[in-house]
Amino acid sequence: MESRLRVFLLISLSAVMAGCSLFGRDEPPMTEPGASKPVISPEVERRDVRKPKIDAEDFKVGAFAGLISVEDFGSETIYGARASYLVTEDLFVEGTYARTGSLGLTSAEVLAGFDLLGDNREYEYYDFSLGYNLLPGETFIGRNWAFNSSLYVIGGAGQTSLGLDDYFTLTFGAGYQVLPTDWLALDFGVRDHLFEIEFTTGQKKNTHNIELTLGFSVFF
Amino acid sequence: MRQLILIAVLVFVSPVTPAYGKSGHYEAVVTEPFLELHTGPGRGFPVFHVVDRGDRIEILKRRTDWFQVRTARGVEGWVRLEEMAATLDTAGRPTAIDDPTEEDFMGRRWEVGLAVGDLDGASVISLNGGYRWTRNLSTEMQVGDISGSFSDGWLTTVTIVHQPFPEWRLSPYAALGTGMIHIEPKATLVSTEDRTDQVGQVGVGVRTYLSRRFMFRAEYNSYLVFTSRDDNEELDEWKAGFAFFF
Repeated sequence: MESRLRVFLLISLSAVMAGCSLFGRDEPPMTEPGASKPVISPEVERRDVRKPKIDAEDFKVGAFAGLISVEDFGSETIYGARASYLVTEDLFVEGTYARTGSLGLTSAEVLAGFDLLGDNREYEYYDFSLGYNLLPGETFIGRNWAFNSSLYVIGGAGQTSLGLDDYFTLTFGAGYQVLPTDWLALDFGVRDHLFEIEFTTGQKKNTHNIELTLGFSVFF
Repeated sequence: MRQLILIAVLVFVSPVTPAYGKSGHYEAVVTEPFLELHTGPGRGFPVFHVVDRGDRIEILKRRTDWFQVRTARGVEGWVRLEEMAATLDTAGRPTAIDDPTEEDFMGRRWEVGLAVGDLDGASVISLNGGYRWTRNLSTEMQVGDISGSFSDGWLTTVTIVHQPFPEWRLSPYAALGTGMIHIEPKATLVSTEDRTDQVGQVGVGVRTYLSRRFMFRAEYNSYLVFTSRDDNEELDEWKAGFAFFF
């Protein structure tokens, strides 16, 4: 009996206390009237952090020329432009546009004795790629010259326009880049442009179009 | 009077540019025991010079996470971001370096990206750009280049994108929009004409932060093409790609 009463009293006490603790929550802590000010009044000076204006050169634009072997059509000179954004010291993204002059006749056209494509004989492409600088380092020429250089691998996707049609194209390649100065890069690259072509008969085939280029680009 | 103006100008200007040297470049002081200069902006380029503690350097330019500096003796080389951040400016404050982080990603405004995918059996490459109005809401525009076995064409739409949980590591979003689609049958097919129609777009996708200004995106879109024929056409699109924020 006594223990039961004790339990009842304990429960009611805890309930009252819990209830009381709900009141006065949002009120500021009580301060005695005439309480002294804090001994140290913090005078925090706001510091403006100004980020230095440093010229960032993460972009690169350039032009190139080279030779492309268009499957069935033979080789032709190609001219183009490239723009890159350097994501990190290793990784970069690149956009390319290039086109050839008028391609020659295909073997089939020569044998059949007629020109199937007429005036639409250009090979034209654009692509977007992701590149990785695999071997950054220096290239030595003689005893007194050392240039920064890197070997990169690159891959991406784009569209090729050949004849009357457009083709979704995958691009793979590698290149070697030498920097004679800090703002100029010379580039020698090899790319394979791979796409599927469909003939009027409905037959399909993959074509590999290997391209060799020499170019330069400027950092800005 | 002229002197007074000069003094006033100096007083006004001097606190703004305490850390810029005579040549206009930002100046820093080496506080670590030494600072290594590489021949190029990358870890593969060798260290060729060391700057001592207490020496001043001028920061000429930046390329990715590397800084080109010039020492008092005129030696120029490249310094890693981590080492650069350990220097002080001439007023004795840490050199504040802009290093994009996930926090900047959360507060981004502009976004530009590229995606590759499949649009109802045809390949599609699309460029997209967006502006973020609030934490959750943005407007995006995309231009896609389509090339398939039977037809080529382009697609352009403007969408309103809602991202309900921007703070999630893999954050989902939903898009609703409209635009135009142009279809050109391949030359190998006989007849059938080119057509340009209006489309409606509903899409869902996910976005995740990778590093620096880089993010990954993957999305699914359903397009309803309002053709001039009796029945409308539905197209499904799956694509994935990368985007940058500014």
